[in-house]
Amino acid sequence: MLIESGSPVAADQRIDISLTINGETRALQVAPWTTLLDLLRERLDLTGTKKGCDHGQCGACTVLVNGTRVNSCLVLAVMKDGAEITTVEGLASLQGPGSNALHPLQEAFIEHDAFQCGYCTPGQLCSSVGLLNEGHAKSREEIREAMSGNICRCGAYTNIVDAIEDVMQAGGSR
Amino acid sequence: MNRFEYVRAGTVSEAVAALAADPSARFIAGGTNLVDLMKYNVERPSRLVDISRLPLDAIEERDGGLRIGALVPNATLAYDERVRARYPLLGDALLAGASAQLRNAASTGGNLNQRTRCYYFYDEGTPCNKRQPGSGCPAIGGVNRIHAIFGTSAHCIATHPSDMCVALAALDATVRVEGPKGERSIAFSDYHRLPGDDPQRDTTLEPGEIVLSVDLPERGFAERYTYLKLRDRLSYAFALVSVAAALDLDGDTIREARLALGGVAHKPWRNREAEALLKGKPATRDSFQAAADLIVREAQPQSQNGFKIELARRAIVRGLEQAAAGTPQSSSDKRIQ
Ligand SMILES: Cc1cc2nc3c(=O)[nH]c(=O)nc-3n(C[C@H](O)[C@H](O)[C@H](O)COP(=O)(O)OP(=O)(O)OC[C@H]3O[C@@H](n4cnc5c(N)ncnc54)[C@H](O)[C@@H]3O)c2cc1C
Ligand code: SF4
Ligand code: FES
Ligand code: FES
Repeated sequence: MLIESGSPVAADQRIDISLTINGETRALQVAPWTTLLDLLRERLDLTGTKKGCDHGQCGACTVLVNGTRVNSCLVLAVMKDGAEITTVEGLASLQGPGSNALHPLQEAFIEHDAFQCGYCTPGQLCSSVGLLNEGHAKSREEIREAMSGNICRCGAYTNIVDAIEDVMQAGGSR
Repeated sequence: MNRFEYVRAGTVSEAVAALAADPSARFIAGGTNLVDLMKYNVERPSRLVDISRLPLDAIEERDGGLRIGALVPNATLAYDERVRARYPLLGDALLAGASAQLRNAASTGGNLNQRTRCYYFYDEGTPCNKRQPGSGCPAIGGVNRIHAIFGTSAHCIATHPSDMCVALAALDATVRVEGPKGERSIAFSDYHRLPGDDPQRDTTLEPGEIVLSVDLPERGFAERYTYLKLRDRLSYAFALVSVAAALDLDGDTIREARLALGGVAHKPWRNREAEALLKGKPATRDSFQAAADLIVREAQPQSQNGFKIELARRAIVRGLEQAAAGTPQSSSDKRIQ
């Protein structure tokens, strides 16, 4: 059902929203308690984004909402009606419409061996794209601090920082 | 998560009316605390009032200070040029909290109203007076390493987990709210409350009231301040003890001191007697030690958190030293100088 400001939508109703996901605008019907993470994974088969903790404590679910990195497990999809979402599957398309080229950060992660099992990697990648968009972190120490919201159980941290530093020094491209 | 009605508010009055219409309704802003608590069934609102689209997202100059809209994200506030130049204590406290992703989503009003991280509060399988009034407080005599050492009661020993609020307490901010009875302003030190015998209430916000803004007075102590946060890991962890310290010096003499502690009480802990003691004294370790002693004199340990008393004493002295020297704690280089 369509949403109208100020009027409640009953708990058994599905709500019409529109999201642009990795460049494609989609009309969707969601229950109000559906998180963005569950919508991506369970409904849209975009399983690149991972569910580690489901409580904001690991960063595996990090995606970009209007270019800003957030934990999709704590976002209700209905609240982001109209937003642009980028997941790890869409990072390549940030290089231009229809592009299949990897994002410079993806290239750098491969080059620097910035993962072992790869479980945290989609979140690490989206988080580092968000970090570059923000433009606050400059030094190695600042990158480490700004990436602290992404836990890596394999401990690939050093190489992750190397990869980000590399792309940053090249001015966002490589 | 329980099933709930969803209301998207377009105006503040719509939001207030939608909340007032249902006693178990909740506002939702960034959702980083509420959605988490709903997943644990700690919060079970029958209605969510989405306030994220309200026009409360501006930072404006006002009466020589700043008015921070309730929906300003924590990250936006921390990096705002006026905040960095005039209220760096606030910016540093914000950056010491949570992670970059969470700060992007978290709002000013949500940060103010975030709930305790007490393990029992989070676990619906255990009693907890804050979650279920009258059921008991298993933290007393239980696992209470992270709990309060000041202002506790026989009913609750929880702490308020916010970093931002510790800085706002030191800066003497004001919280502006609106409810069914109209608008009012609450001094920051009156906004959060001690648990007493009704720990289910964290704040003095009345039912149906919404936070509109946090207002900062003109004085920001931008020259001499620090936010020193001590925790179990260097980032992405709540404070065991934190100190917001701000000084105004005349040569070596303290003209004014502000000191608030986090992680130690049900609200940001300010001791005005200690601030008064510092006034007119030389900015030396001896003076800082005397203030710290006066503050921790009132501390009462639980079974596992006695270490916080000595930690607080040392953090106060170090925080005041950092402020006096004009060398605030770096938020990326975690060595404590
Ligand atoms: C893993 C993790 C680590 C964290 N670490 C830290 C940390 O180190 N330091 C720290 O300070 N915080 C930390 N946080 C907490 C974080 O700062 C809060 O979750 C956040 O500030 C809440 O803001 P929000 O907008 O998301 O609130 P929401 O979740 O939307 O709301 C929280 C509460 O506030 C109420 N509310 C929201 N806006 C208003 C308003 N305008 N008026 C009245 N009521 C309102 C809601 O009804 C709800 O009860 C952490 C959180 C997580 C998940
Ligand atoms: S300390 Fe407070 S929040 Fe924790 S169990 Fe006791 S009553 Fe509940
Ligand atoms: S799954 Fe979202 S932070 Fe862990
Ligand atoms: S690569 Fe395995 S968790 Fe990070």
